[in-house]
Amino acid sequence: MTTITPLISPETGSLESDKAAALAALESMLAIRSFEEAVDGLFARGLMHGTMHLSIGQEASATGICAALKPTDYITSTHRGHGHCIAKGADLTRMMAELLAKQTGYCRGRGGSMHIADTKTRNLGANGIVAGGIPIAAGAALAQKMRGESNVVVSFFGDGATNEGAFHEALNLAAIWDLPVIFVCENNKYGMSNSTELSMRVEKISDRALAYGMVGVTVDGNDVNEVYQAAVAAVERARSGNGPTLIECETYRWKGHSKSDKNLYRTKEEIDEWKAKDPIVRFQETILTSGLVTQTEIEELTAKVREATRDAIKDASAAPDSDPAELLTSVFREVK
Amino acid sequence: MTDRIITYSEAVREAISQAMDADPNVFMLGEDIGIYGGAFGVSGDLYHRYGAERIRDTPISELGIVGAAVGAALVGMRPIVEIQFSDFTAQAMDQIVNQAAKIHFMLGGELSVPMVLRAPSGSGTGAAAQHSQSLETWFAHIPGLKVVLPSNARDAKGLLLAAIDDPNPVIVLEHKLLYKTSGPVPAEPYRTPIGVADLVREGKDLVIVATGVMVSRSVAAAEQLSAQGIEATVIDPRTLSPLDMTLINDAIAATGRVMLVQEAPKHVGFMAEVAARIAEGPALYSLLAPVKRLCGMDIPIPYAPQLEKAAVPQLEDIVAGAVQLMREP
Repeated sequence: MTTITPLISPETGSLESDKAAALAALESMLAIRSFEEAVDGLFARGLMHGTMHLSIGQEASATGICAALKPTDYITSTHRGHGHCIAKGADLTRMMAELLAKQTGYCRGRGGSMHIADTKTRNLGANGIVAGGIPIAAGAALAQKMRGESNVVVSFFGDGATNEGAFHEALNLAAIWDLPVIFVCENNKYGMSNSTELSMRVEKISDRALAYGMVGVTVDGNDVNEVYQAAVAAVERARSGNGPTLIECETYRWKGHSKSDKNLYRTKEEIDEWKAKDPIVRFQETILTSGLVTQTEIEELTAKVREATRDAIKDASAAPDSDPAELLTSVFREVK
Repeated sequence: MTDRIITYSEAVREAISQAMDADPNVFMLGEDIGIYGGAFGVSGDLYHRYGAERIRDTPISELGIVGAAVGAALVGMRPIVEIQFSDFTAQAMDQIVNQAAKIHFMLGGELSVPMVLRAPSGSGTGAAAQHSQSLETWFAHIPGLKVVLPSNARDAKGLLLAAIDDPNPVIVLEHKLLYKTSGPVPAEPYRTPIGVADLVREGKDLVIVATGVMVSRSVAAAEQLSAQGIEATVIDPRTLSPLDMTLINDAIAATGRVMLVQEAPKHVGFMAEVAARIAEGPALYSLLAPVKRLCGMDIPIPYAPQLEKAAVPQLEDIVAGAVQLMREP
């Protein structure tokens, strides 16, 4: 089994100048891309059922944010959550097993792509309800504050979630209570087919922070180091008791919303334009040009994540199917 | 144990206080529960005793409040949410139904949500349709939620302490008309098990199954019936989910007649489930007469006192219903 290297906080303060941290960040982004391309392929070949939401093209936001976190920090994720899981350190085999409806999957086959949680990496769960995880993140942050813990909580969500009432209520609570939470909006321009131009009047989603008396910043979500820098500032603010931050990461999903998407609401030109801003290619070019890493090292990493994905598919496929026999006894946790 | 006569409201407050004394992870959040003492006075002086951190006043944000409780529960806290009127849970349904209820199952058992949601329920206060509903069936229909309706002060304390201990989300619906009623309550902390019905009164002629405020009303009706020579058993299921049918089935086997009394509208109400379970057997074979349901009308709760009273079963309706049931072949 090949495991993905955990993200490393750069000693230099920049993912572009600390070699180990840069390689770990690149490996994370490559792993997300490789995992999701494999899943896309399995689905196309009829080997995976249900639906799924791919984050190909958005790898820098998950990676840049999680690079600024400690292992004891928490995240909440979304329906488009594979990247968040992987960046926080989830096991690819257990993820793949879940998607392949196996007993060894994170949810034992009960949740699928949209519901992966991992207590070990403090991932409080992906969520099938748009904005569902945002108040939950505020609550987890409240618990940290009440217990005097220094952990922070990151809540990932999309642009569409910022039009939900849950977003408003959670940001307001987090602001009035100075909660150690970082709200990360991955603005990929569309809530399914509904564009941000059609769904909101504000120019930047981070402008919405003003309504809560909260700091809001917008970053190039396809620049992993820029995302990381914003995350570091927000984490520092949260850990020092100065409350929440709203970070908007401007990015784009290359694939459709889900498996039913025919891309009728956007043009091929627009998709190609964003593909040219591929966060992985950009980061590779930056760290190659500066001489921080070599082409060989990048090729080795690329080969490593492909092998990790292949191993995950192989090991997950060999696992037993999820078991209907335990369904009725799984609704409640046993009372001690 | 030492029993004192205290109010239902005091019993709830005592349970919260004892749970908070025993476990620093227990805290309360809700609207106006702090210095105001709660819309129905339940939190009372807790704010002064435990402070603003643990008796946490919130903005008017039911979805945010419940979501925050879910998140806190996921990382090991034991939040007790007070929703000011159970009607307002409609504002928080996503967090209750899609999150709290499903997280343990859906996420493969990785996490659980040890959260208690308390809310005043029911009619009788002249507050009309948006402040008077009996919504227990909404919650009882969702796998993953436990639903309790304490009908007296003793159970209010015992069920709440059991709910706080429970590693799963528990919805506790407290009837507003019961808050000021009194009864014997042990001073020490104790747990009334969730999922166990209560035999409130024994009688040989018929069984009345009642929930919430209808329990005491049915007991009062049973006393009047007794004067007429009709002896009624009264059973309070106490927990709607999971439902304990043992006592009900046994009592039907002994009497052959059953009347199901609830305040909520009849259509697709909780007692429809009880009736269906009776029909599935074995109690069906003991019935001497058809199952009788006495429920709220299928209307929103109206304002005018005479209209409000007409909308839900009253003492005289229960007496008349029982007399009629006894006349069935």
